[in-house]
Amino acid sequence: MGLDILVCIKQVPDPDHFSEVRLDARTGRIVREGIPAIINPLDRNALEEALRAKAKVSGKVTAISMGPPQARKALEEALAVGADRGVLLCDTAFAGADTLATATALFCAVRKLGRFDLIFCGNETVDSGTAQVGPQLSELLDIAQVSGVREVSYTGDNTLEVKRVLEHGYMRVRLKLPALLCVTKDTNQPRLPTVQSIMEVAGKEMITWTATDIGAPREHVGLKGSPTCAVGVYESKSGRRREIMQGSTEEKVRRAVTRLRELGAI
Amino acid sequence: MTGREMGSSGEIWVIAEQRGGKVAEVSLELLGKGRKLSRELDLTLSSVLLGDGVERAADELVFHGAEKVYLFEEERLGYYQGDAYARLLTDIAREHGPEIILIGATEIGRELAPRVAARLGTGLTAHCIDLHIDEVDGTPRLVHMVPGWGGNLVMHVVCSEKRPQIVTVKPGILPKPERNEDNKGEIVRVKPRLRADDFSRMETVEVVEETAEGIPLEPAEIVVCAGWGMNALGDLSKAKELAGVIGGVVAGTRPATDRGWVGEDQMIGQSGRSVRPRLFISLGASGAMHYTTGFTGSQVILAVDKNPQAPIFQVADIGIVGDLGEVLPCLIEELKKTG
Repeated sequence: MGLDILVCIKQVPDPDHFSEVRLDARTGRIVREGIPAIINPLDRNALEEALRAKAKVSGKVTAISMGPPQARKALEEALAVGADRGVLLCDTAFAGADTLATATALFCAVRKLGRFDLIFCGNETVDSGTAQVGPQLSELLDIAQVSGVREVSYTGDNTLEVKRVLEHGYMRVRLKLPALLCVTKDTNQPRLPTVQSIMEVAGKEMITWTATDIGAPREHVGLKGSPTCAVGVYESKSGRRREIMQGSTEEKVRRAVTRLRELGAI
Repeated sequence: MTGREMGSSGEIWVIAEQRGGKVAEVSLELLGKGRKLSRELDLTLSSVLLGDGVERAADELVFHGAEKVYLFEEERLGYYQGDAYARLLTDIAREHGPEIILIGATEIGRELAPRVAARLGTGLTAHCIDLHIDEVDGTPRLVHMVPGWGGNLVMHVVCSEKRPQIVTVKPGILPKPERNEDNKGEIVRVKPRLRADDFSRMETVEVVEETAEGIPLEPAEIVVCAGWGMNALGDLSKAKELAGVIGGVVAGTRPATDRGWVGEDQMIGQSGRSVRPRLFISLGASGAMHYTTGFTGSQVILAVDKNPQAPIFQVADIGIVGDLGEVLPCLIEELKKTG
């Protein structure tokens, strides 16, 4: 008897290319063409923690993602480092989901997959960074949950203790399984795939499910199931002076200090 | 959303966060914004406080603008308890039906808010930088302003139908209201009526304070922030000297933090601290959006970087293009000279 472990993964645009994201002045839409997609960095920590739990206690690791067809690549990467099974939730009905509608789709899939003892999520994504889907999913499943996890200790058959980060400190929280943990980058160092683990991908199960497959009511997922919606996107404008000091180093510095004094900054 | 809707208590709530009886700064910042919104919408500004021996904290909430404080005091609520806090807040929200709930996007708030929002089946917007009332499709709505794409863009989000609408707000962005001991407010004591299952699945058993390696950033008047460009100087000694001369504290960008120059507590940016000092000095940082979003509220920004094209100069008031190795000693001397 081992643990049934789930890892939630999101494919996100590479943050190194965020400065290339522009607003189309005509349509008001975000232009993100050509920005490469990666596994959300903290989701790699979540996957690593799942694989470590499996190694410690034994069990099976399922990786799940909701996204467009190309998100399959993120799941294949998860399989390549050691996940046993991949599940892609892919349907236009899921499009435009806010965090609650995303959590609802994941909840429906979990219900179909069966029961999980442990669910790992990255604490937040690099794109929207809400840190909300994990806690929302735990509530829909009615299981214990902790965010900001930086250390996990297995203390017994059904119990664990985590260190959870706070501003200037941490909390020790004791939990009973089943539980959902959202992990930070300090939790572990994610492993890289090996030749062996990549070879094994071909033999692993990869499932693709639509909203109908998981019995997700259309009014509860995607844009329709989202209580919040974006009504506008704006470029953040800097109202700054943007004065560049001229002259030799000494002159630039002297002028800068004079201006700082005039502005009451020093 | 004009004022009181049917079945609503006509309140805006600020869920106050406390640690060891001390109210988090962001909770006070939220009272400032809540006060303004409550006047515009003709709602009562209330706060909800959970803890053990936190009566004085409740008074602080009143001194900062709360007209009413729902106070849960219980020994077992001294620490944040995930299940217990989420249940008690959900129950009292169901009972009173506030229009809007504001929560600080702290480590705790970012967990508690989605748990309460999911229980209530309502909308939640994350880490806003501001809130205002605006007409959307002909109806006045609370607009949640959310930085996206590393701070490059700002999304305007609304929650049209579900109530209460819940919003977390990033700490250190909104101004703190003035403290006034003459403020009057009603303290409503609520009996927590804890249940065994509030603690059976999970329990916080200890809170450990870790002293920050540096001086806390948030109250600092002047922040000197070191970026990757400081690498050329080998260490932070010149940045520290500069901070010493003008009474500032030293912070760092993500690369500087990863290099171990400053602790995580001293990191500026989207995944770190937000500050709004009187003067923010950026040294050798190119100005990636996820960094600049952490100090946009500063009164004056001085940037030094060797690359004249660096985006940092677009968000700075005063820019010095040059080698840190030359500029910094010169800047320190100039500031020493003029005192």
